Amino acid sequence: MLTVHEAQRTGLESSTLFRFATAGSVDDGKSTLVGRLLHDSKAILADQLEQVARTSAERGFAHGAFDFALLTDGLRAEREQGITIDVAYRYFSTGNRSFILADCPGHVQYTRNMVTGATTADAVIVLIDGRKGVLEQTRRHLAVIALLRVPHVIVAVNKIDLLDYAEDAFARVAAQVETVTAELGIDDVHVIPVSALEGDNIVDRSDRTGWYEGPALLELLEALPGQDELESALDAFRLPVQLVLRPQGGLSPQVAEEDAESLRDFRASAGRISSGTVRVGDPVQIFPSGIRTTVSGLAVGGVPVDRAAAPQSVSVQLADDIDAARGAVIVAADTLPAGRREIDAELFQLDARPLITGARVLVKHGTATVQGVIAQIESRYDLDALTHEPADTLTANDIGRARVRLAADLPLERYSANRAGGSFLVIHPSDGATLAAGIVRD
Amino acid sequence: MRAAPVTVTATRLDTLDVLEAEAIHIIREVVAEFERPVLLFSGGKDSVVVLHLAAKAFFPGRVPFPVLHVDTGHNFPEVIAFRDETVARLGVRLEVASVQDYIDDGRLHERTDGTRNPLQTLPLLEAIAAGKHDAVFGGARRDEDKARAKERIISLRDEFGQWDPRNQRPELWSLYNGRHTPGQHVRAFPISNWTELDVWRYLEREQIPLPPLYFAHEREVYARDGMWRAVGEFSPARSDETVERRVVRYRTVGDMSCTGAVESDAADLSSIVAEIARSTLTERGATRADDRISEAAMEDRKKDGYF
Repeated sequence: MLTVHEAQRTGLESSTLFRFATAGSVDDGKSTLVGRLLHDSKAILADQLEQVARTSAERGFAHGAFDFALLTDGLRAEREQGITIDVAYRYFSTGNRSFILADCPGHVQYTRNMVTGATTADAVIVLIDGRKGVLEQTRRHLAVIALLRVPHVIVAVNKIDLLDYAEDAFARVAAQVETVTAELGIDDVHVIPVSALEGDNIVDRSDRTGWYEGPALLELLEALPGQDELESALDAFRLPVQLVLRPQGGLSPQVAEEDAESLRDFRASAGRISSGTVRVGDPVQIFPSGIRTTVSGLAVGGVPVDRAAAPQSVSVQLADDIDAARGAVIVAADTLPAGRREIDAELFQLDARPLITGARVLVKHGTATVQGVIAQIESRYDLDALTHEPADTLTANDIGRARVRLAADLPLERYSANRAGGSFLVIHPSDGATLAAGIVRD
Repeated sequence: MRAAPVTVTATRLDTLDVLEAEAIHIIREVVAEFERPVLLFSGGKDSVVVLHLAAKAFFPGRVPFPVLHVDTGHNFPEVIAFRDETVARLGVRLEVASVQDYIDDGRLHERTDGTRNPLQTLPLLEAIAAGKHDAVFGGARRDEDKARAKERIISLRDEFGQWDPRNQRPELWSLYNGRHTPGQHVRAFPISNWTELDVWRYLEREQIPLPPLYFAHEREVYARDGMWRAVGEFSPARSDETVERRVVRYRTVGDMSCTGAVESDAADLSSIVAEIARSTLTERGATRADDRISEAAMEDRKKDGYF
């Protein structure tokens, strides 16, 4: 094993990971935008481009023109039907950032795909056709993004070339965006005039929009802080325990012989820090028992460290012989969350089968899975009117409020305060399908 | 526009730190929630990285699951030697499913094109069933192929090992749902979000041993399909192909019969990192004849239960 110092010395300290999602439909030019980002950041290699060029030509595209959708539509059915079915992940990097792009199709099952993309994203790019302005679909996308509290929202007003790069045309759309995001309570919004087709304001600032003083799209993506920075900045340390490390099956042959004796009774709780920072010597409490103890040892990937932060995977040794097994959460002392048996939830219904009041389900929260029942479906969110309508059933792609009763206490936290502590899955008890995504309301 | 300033206390984790943390989290989730996981291990760089991550995830204990190698019988001998050294070094149990055995007793037939890659599916599925493995780790990455770009990190397979790309579970937050019914199993891909360059940078950072053929060496080769193919027992040159000695290395390690080498003088990990960063071809485009069969070659094999 490397020492911490060696790992840091040989690592790439300057490269950070940033996850973002794109939302919008083919008509808005989303595939072109994604293709343009990948192409202009040199993420598409010669053999991929050659394959796209060949297929584009077969489909009647002009010589030298690319159907950029072919880069992201990976499945046979998608290419044959000319539609995007499922979220596709793309990777590219610039000088100081690596990007993971979740490309979410706009038309089919848009809520399901948006939710999937938005739950892990540091930022979402919502694409608007500048000629059409904010449409119903844009409002829906923004409503989902607002509920899921994606840290940064970028609205790309596309096809600015077809608007003759006119400032007043852009300003009209920007004003509409301002209105709807204010209504939804989204406060970190960046609006950029772009032409995905011509490349304006995608990688570099365009000369043709001299009146626009903000950054180009890629410039902004490089500058925004990532989720891991935000989570580390939250003060309450939380470690949902995945399992207990006990070398029952024997020690690794990589353990030095002189260390073997002292590791005979080794015992540590392993998990991924979901928020905050922890140091050796920190006082902690264990959920659900509330027992107090102290961190006596800490390791990242088997390498001892004196400090770790979200989202690192660690193993923690505790000073007293205390049980902190799967489902337990180790938290900073005096920040113990209350155990709750009922969730006031916002549910995003993802399965094709309707969810009804009285349904028996499983709830997965952190590393705990408990039985539950949908005690009451209260309302359905009308994404067009942005109002809650009375309802007793949620069907696929519905968002609604419900009370969920649990068979055991869970350390539920408000989603707005802590994404990991406030999110859960609703699972079918017999076939195991993910029925809904849930968040804990304020 | 309202662009709220964000105040951040800087705990800068670099890309490899975050990817490592994610992979270790996935590996531990699978071990915690499944009865009998197994790791597909070919000796190729991606499965080497997953095994290394598993060793870190459970240190100072042993890796708590065996590894499974689907041996086509056409592997490079130096990769088989590396496989055996690695499992001995880490104290891991090795299971082998042999394509040759299936051909010898008539359960499988040699293809006319000589490639055995598609023949791996049946021995793989039968080994999974025989070992009662409910979770199968693999080293696949989403940047490798357009079909793999749509694969989930925890991906459900039916009792025939089939992947249904139109009916995948949504993947939300870091909450992986691996519940399954008897007969079903999951494939788990801890390095889904890694790129080829991330893998090489990580191999360099952690100084992880690899089979020697990843590094530049002199070898007898001949040109076919725009690649350098190694002369070997299962990959002889045809009479119209000229055999010559060149300094080459492999970007991927598969069968001798379908994997091509690239000309390279990159003899150590840092030279390889530099070479990959400059490369204008994808690793599969550069070196894998099996993926050139059709645009959907990988998707079709995946649906049938391939890795």
